[in-house]
Amino acid sequence: MACEDGRAMEVRLTLNGKPVRVEVDPRERLLDTLRYRLGLTGSKEGCGEGECGACTVLMDGVPANSCLVLTAQCRGRSVRTIESVDAKALGPMLASGATQCGACTPGVVMTALWVKENPGLRDSHTLRELMAGNLCRCTGYDGIIDGLHAWVESDARSGGAA
Amino acid sequence: MLPMHRLEGLAKLTGAERYLDDEPIPGCLWGMTVRSPVSRGRITAVKFDPAIDWSSFIVVDHRDIPGPNETYLIENDQPVLAAGCVRHVHEPVVLIAHEDRRLLRRAVAGVKVEVDPEPPVLDYRVPPRAEQVQRGSDNTIKSLRIAKGDVERALASAARVIEGEYQTGAQEHIYIEPNAMAAWVEGDVVVVRGSMQCPYYVLNALKHALGRDERRVRVIQAPTGGGFGGKEDYPSTLAMHAALLSLKAGGRPVKIVYDRDEDMAATTKRHPSRVRHTTGVDADGRLTAMKIDVLLDGGAYVTLSPVVLSRGIIHACGPYFCPNVLVEGRVVLSNSVPYGAFRGFGAPQTQFACERHMDRVAGAIGMDPVAFRKLNLLRDGQTTATGQTIGGISGGTDRVALLDRALKLGAWEERREEAAAFNLTHPYLRRGVGVSCVWHGAGFTGNGEVYLDSKVQVAGLADGRIEVRAASTEMGQGTSTVFAQIAAAAAGYDAGEIVVATPDTAVVPNSGPTVASRTVMVVGRLIEKACGELKQKLGTRGSGLGVGGLNGDSLRRAIVEWHARNPGREPAATATFEPPPGVKFDDERYVGDAYATYAWGACVAHVEVDLRTCAARVLDFASVQDIGRVINPVLAKGQVQGGVVQAIGWALLEECRFRDGAMVNNQLTNYIIPTADDVPPIEVEFVEVPYAHGGGGAKGVGELPMDGPAPAVLNAIADAMGREVGADPMTIPMTPERLMTLVEAAEGAHGV
Repeated sequence: MACEDGRAMEVRLTLNGKPVRVEVDPRERLLDTLRYRLGLTGSKEGCGEGECGACTVLMDGVPANSCLVLTAQCRGRSVRTIESVDAKALGPMLASGATQCGACTPGVVMTALWVKENPGLRDSHTLRELMAGNLCRCTGYDGIIDGLHAWVESDARSGGAA
Repeated sequence: MLPMHRLEGLAKLTGAERYLDDEPIPGCLWGMTVRSPVSRGRITAVKFDPAIDWSSFIVVDHRDIPGPNETYLIENDQPVLAAGCVRHVHEPVVLIAHEDRRLLRRAVAGVKVEVDPEPPVLDYRVPPRAEQVQRGSDNTIKSLRIAKGDVERALASAARVIEGEYQTGAQEHIYIEPNAMAAWVEGDVVVVRGSMQCPYYVLNALKHALGRDERRVRVIQAPTGGGFGGKEDYPSTLAMHAALLSLKAGGRPVKIVYDRDEDMAATTKRHPSRVRHTTGVDADGRLTAMKIDVLLDGGAYVTLSPVVLSRGIIHACGPYFCPNVLVEGRVVLSNSVPYGAFRGFGAPQTQFACERHMDRVAGAIGMDPVAFRKLNLLRDGQTTATGQTIGGISGGTDRVALLDRALKLGAWEERREEAAAFNLTHPYLRRGVGVSCVWHGAGFTGNGEVYLDSKVQVAGLADGRIEVRAASTEMGQGTSTVFAQIAAAAAGYDAGEIVVATPDTAVVPNSGPTVASRTVMVVGRLIEKACGELKQKLGTRGSGLGVGGLNGDSLRRAIVEWHARNPGREPAATATFEPPPGVKFDDERYVGDAYATYAWGACVAHVEVDLRTCAARVLDFASVQDIGRVINPVLAKGQVQGGVVQAIGWALLEECRFRDGAMVNNQLTNYIIPTADDVPPIEVEFVEVPYAHGGGGAKGVGELPMDGPAPAVLNAIADAMGREVGADPMTIPMTPERLMTLVEAAEGAHGV
């Protein structure tokens, strides 16, 4: 996909720990680059306006709605998507019923990962506040919050980041 | 049964689950819809921008429909594509497809549908003027009536008569995956795959509009990111649209994926309602007469409205005994988007009214709301409004004890006392508690399950595993996992040895739609029966073991041996629904057993209102329910918690705003659903009274959680506000704006 006048731009970024180079229309959204250009369809489009959080990725370690980020803005930055997450770590979320229909889930897991990897956040915010950027219509949030709590606790018990 | 994790849970948690738009389809075109700009009128012209080269686009209108231009459902009155006239804003008129989505968007904007407007009905509550009538003499879609005893005589002799009028607004489903469907042609077969609840509804709609028999149409469910009723009937429209585009494109695949704003503006929503109660009580506070008038907004076409009305009026009296009842219900046509199925299907609306009204009746006669409910709750042996005696297979639940358990879980007494003390001292916060008691009939109403004639097949695979073939879909509620558990229990297997087939009309029989809280109860029971028949077949013809003697290892061996003896074939058994004995309902008179059995629930809400902003916040919420046997505790609890939060959203936040018939807040930016930070933990307990005719002893769980929270929350707001400012909330959503209006009116009345 090119510009109206045929120009594409080159963007180099670190994606899930590996260097990646893509040629994109300057107006292309990161979400579309991930889904339709790179085949990373774990990130979902739920609203396209940064409200639902289903497209959440970590940009330089911080949650971002990839529907509101232009791929061009990712030049030189590090992006992590749900595809980088190890299934074995997600046992507590599975056991608590954190996923039902699954459409919000990849975004939920990315925000949860950010919460888990930044214990300091929990000193000033509740888990519910930290997860408020991810809408879920199925669980009523208890499954998510309980699972995240167990995930964080299991980490604390094993004495450090996993 | 052992606790079991969701089968596809890890795939969903890691993003590996592939929904329709995650699956690349080679050579696929995108499809989009050109829609009506106005709510009612005659189409005078459809103009295509001459600056666009239309030769590279596939364009479809009503003339391209091979069969009748009708959406096959109850009345077939809704066109597939508007021809001649339009009845609501966003009604589909023209379809366009192209491989480049950006060019496609521009092309859609380049089509102008010109309409000569006619007077629309934009407020269903106002009787139509002659020029607004579009159906019958007064736009009535359906009227229904339930009568028991003599309500007028009972009202005339009642110690007190209390009236009230309650209203609920439209609600958007907000499944997180918007509607998505693809269609292509394989040989002579139109294949459709997408997000849906009811593959056979889609199949029937395609057969009708495409003029094809079922051998030339195939429907496959893709993983579905939520439904809540919103993907009950609407996916038929996307399927027909995608199929028409594909047929015009020579069979090339075409994919339609709605943007969120399109999905919110153009698809069905929960029916708005107005319910009026006139209630008589005797000197002790016993209900003697309930006269209830139910009015629903059906929107522009019939869709499922008659059935929504039916379920609404049957549940309108709540779980109470009253000897004299008259419920009159009517659903009317308007020029809003058609209203459709939404979790609860009319019952949340009428039970909101009933439960809010019960509090107001108790208040009017000076009775405690809990004592009033306990006095009037149905006892086994008493009859419902349709004259159904609760007892036998519909009985066994102690509804007073269930309420007591909810009161304990919700710390009713303690929080009530705390709130009273708190409200005396706090300058601007007010707290209150509210309770509600609800019921929900599971499965189709009356003889509906008999007409559905649902079937399930189970088959032994060559490796000894068992495959369950049912049309019931997984949309997040846990169908696949629970079906595997039920089949495993029936076969003596581990759940991991059960394969639950993808609902594909070329593979699975019609098990009926995935709606009405019927999946585990009705279809789950058919799985048990089919497993029993498979065992019997193999036991009598195969291994020499007696009938029913096969189980677990011996069954697995018998299946493997059967395959060895019969290469290329498979041992299979099919079970067909049979109604429980003695269940009878008169569809004409609305008398008898409306449902074979009921789930029962009680909720306690603890709410805080900020007098500065008039915003209400739920501090604590407890829900106790009898859903029969709980097959999977984590999934069942998740159903309740999710339903409660969806209902709290309906009660406090979620408002569809319309201008000239068009939804104007069709974005998640300004249509607000609850976040994790807007709701408290939802406390859940189950009372298990097994249902002998339900899969694993289960009754329905999906919808009951939607019934109780809204009235419990509003009752709590009334408790918090009432004694001070007299605000009496009777409408939802009770947004801060609406509550402020009530407070100001009450202050004005008190001369503040």
